[in-house]
Amino acid sequence: MRMNFDIEVRITLKPGILDPEGRAIQHALADLGFPTSRLSTARIFSISMEAGDRTEAEEKARQMCERLLANPVIHRYEVEVRE
Amino acid sequence: MRFAVVQFGGSNCDLDAAHVLSHICGVDTDLRWYKEGLGRDYDAVVIPGGFSYGDYLRAGAIAARTPIMEEIIRHAKGGGLVLGICNGAQIAAESGLVPGTFTINAYPKFLCRPTHLRVENNETPFTSLYREGEVIRLPIAHKEGRYMADAAVLAALNRERRVIFRFSDPEGRVTEEVNHNGSTENITGVLGEGRNFLAMMPHPERASEKVLGSEDGKKIFLSMIRYIEATG
Repeated sequence: MRMNFDIEVRITLKPGILDPEGRAIQHALADLGFPTSRLSTARIFSISMEAGDRTEAEEKARQMCERLLANPVIHRYEVEVRE
Repeated sequence: MRFAVVQFGGSNCDLDAAHVLSHICGVDTDLRWYKEGLGRDYDAVVIPGGFSYGDYLRAGAIAARTPIMEEIIRHAKGGGLVLGICNGAQIAAESGLVPGTFTINAYPKFLCRPTHLRVENNETPFTSLYREGEVIRLPIAHKEGRYMADAAVLAALNRERRVIFRFSDPEGRVTEEVNHNGSTENITGVLGEGRNFLAMMPHPERASEKVLGSEDGKKIFLSMIRYIEATG
């Protein structure tokens, strides 16, 4: 039986990779009176799809990351599956 | 001899590239809409600059996964020449035709300015008409052009002389001050593994006529033509 799964994919920069967008936002926040010691950006994809089971849903989401959503040179990704 | 210039939705340097090829270099050139595919064999394919798919997700990421790119990869694997300029370079990196990636500039704004480049290797199908170490002047126009690759890839690129252009000063010195977008080792032009695929951020098609302030870019297209004549 196919079930519907809600999946959240979170793409972040690998540690040590320069995050110019995060840096610009951090500077803007400081100008507004909110000094921060760290700020990094991430991208979240909310996906719904059918799969036979949880493992298949997670595997499909990982393949999505490998093939399109993330760039392995600079990104890492996390996949969270909810039924 | 026939060149193809690929058009994606959002390409905007396609007509400039086709103009330089057909009117300045005198080579037959077809514009190919990506949905229609290449449709025939070509001696060389140019992937022009622009903003394919609005740069959604990452610049070049979506165009890199269209069916016409599979044709272009086959063309390249068969030894055909491919030149990816700006968005074309981003597409090339996203499709794995050249290693590494072109990502958001270190200072994250759109840069549009003339730059000096040092020709690092003139023994390629794209640079044979330059002298090695020659400094040329081509404009850049991008927000996602900072070249990044890991240490192993960089070592291989340097060892195999696949770094083709680095940002330099007018005297050819490669320094941090002239590293416009913060690229690793000032790199802004790299060859694919088969050495028949050049991905570069600067725009040679915008500097191929004296009236535009520089015709240094023309030699890239003329080098390609010479290579095709010699090997054809």
